[in-house]
Amino acid sequence: MPRGETERRYRSYLITGFFILAIWYLLARILDSIALPTPLAVFFAFIAGLAEGSLISHLAISALRVFYGLALASSLAVPIGLVSHEEGVDKFVAPFVYLLYPIPHIVLLPLIILLFGIGDLSKIILIAIIVFFQILVTTRDASRNLSINYVYSMLSLSASKRDIYKHVIFPACVPKILTAMRISVGTSIAVLFFVESFATRKGLGYLIMDSWSRANYPDLYATIVAMALLGFGLYIVIEKIEKRVCRWVYI
Amino acid sequence: MIKAKDITKRYPDGTEALRDVNFEIRSGESCSVIGPSGCGKTTLLLILTGIMKPTEGKAVIAGQDVTSPSKEVALVFQNYGLFPWKTVYENASLGLELRGFNRKERREIVTSLLRELGLKGFENRYPKQLSSGMQQRVAFARALALNPKILLMDEPLSSLDALTRESLQNFLLRLWKEKRMTMLLVTHSIEEAVFLGRRIIVLSSRPGTVIMAIDNAEMGDLNYRTKEVFFDKCREVRRSVDTGAI
Ligand SMILES: Nc1ncnc2c1ncn2[C@@H]1O[C@H](COP(=O)(O)OP(=O)(O)O)[C@@H](O)[C@H]1O
Ligand SMILES: [Mg+2]
Repeated sequence: MPRGETERRYRSYLITGFFILAIWYLLARILDSIALPTPLAVFFAFIAGLAEGSLISHLAISALRVFYGLALASSLAVPIGLVSHEEGVDKFVAPFVYLLYPIPHIVLLPLIILLFGIGDLSKIILIAIIVFFQILVTTRDASRNLSINYVYSMLSLSASKRDIYKHVIFPACVPKILTAMRISVGTSIAVLFFVESFATRKGLGYLIMDSWSRANYPDLYATIVAMALLGFGLYIVIEKIEKRVCRWVYI
Repeated sequence: MIKAKDITKRYPDGTEALRDVNFEIRSGESCSVIGPSGCGKTTLLLILTGIMKPTEGKAVIAGQDVTSPSKEVALVFQNYGLFPWKTVYENASLGLELRGFNRKERREIVTSLLRELGLKGFENRYPKQLSSGMQQRVAFARALALNPKILLMDEPLSSLDALTRESLQNFLLRLWKEKRMTMLLVTHSIEEAVFLGRRIIVLSSRPGTVIMAIDNAEMGDLNYRTKEVFFDKCREVRRSVDTGAI
């Protein structure tokens, strides 16, 4: 991507950020309630949280949970989605996807706790299950819709099945896979909040519930900001990988 | 060398693309196949290369029934068949890589071939960054890198502008004269069929079947295009194309 374009994008992020802050500030002034502190008050709470170190350690734990969740989900969803290119495999995968995708997987929580306890593993698995379906559906669609001509082109070079996956199906699907992962960052943060709001004393979700119960609104919003930054950071990291790995899409 | 024996192809949805196609191409011969769009030309090439199975009949190459893609045969695709995620160099060397040539051998073969085709300096570009004429030359490079005995081409020049097209036609003619490959060129341009085909096979509209095989012994010269016999031959081919196109 040309340099000028990158700069323009950063500038638009900045402008949007200011816009949100301005609306927030106005709203805080109009409502004039302790339940919505001004951006400045939250900023101080955020700095205090960082200085004291607790915010950072909660953030780190949340970041790890999301990261493991995403990694677990994609390490299963990507291979299954890719091999769905085969008619025989898709016969099994498609009904499974269409039956299980629409149910709100969050209701599986009791079952997951029963199977994996109430520790980190359950939290990671719940995040992974939800994100798994988003990535699987996208990867499957990409591998199913691949033009047959690419496969013919490989066959004419007497390529093996393995060659076709390596040189065609995987690279052709990578852009879609990374986009799906980028989109699922948002979902995984939402699920993160849900799984951290009980049975744990660590993580941003816990911190939000805790500050809320103490009616410490500046802390509450400071934590929400940390959560937003976590999501934004992951999003940016995946986008950077996308730009690098899928150079051929952006030229 | 290449033989089509009673080839019939019906797709699973019932479309009959080819019916009882019969012809024979001798070793070292250059042959054009011409027919209206949708008459099964691409299907025919996929069958000749062993990528697709005929419903009835068979293809025979060098005395052997075609059941799977052969190392002797290279196919240049209609829309080039290049991979947008691979660079020019990677696209051109893919066939060699799949056949186990090492890095050094690949570099030697591909670099000189790309130079010959006027693609030197474009090795690290992606297909999207090239003109369609250059993309088509990359597709030729990929096929020729394998040093095939038989070169099959599916309307390789149909999306090029007239000048690029002529220069690639000249390239193909020189290639055929130098290497004496067996070439089969599918085209829907009468002039191209006549310029490049020692024999011209005319297919009917779908389901495609051979209407006529026209001999064209006068071809083989870069000046052929300007000669009277060339125009006579074009008229002859046009007449039989018209009978098939109902
Ligand atoms: N996979 C397929 N399934 C069903 N019909 C097909 C398929 N591929 C091609 N056809 C049909 O078969 C006919 C011949 O196609 P094709 O060989 O591509 O023709 P051409 O290359 O001469 O334009 C066309 O009518 C086309 O629509
Ligand atoms: Mg065609």
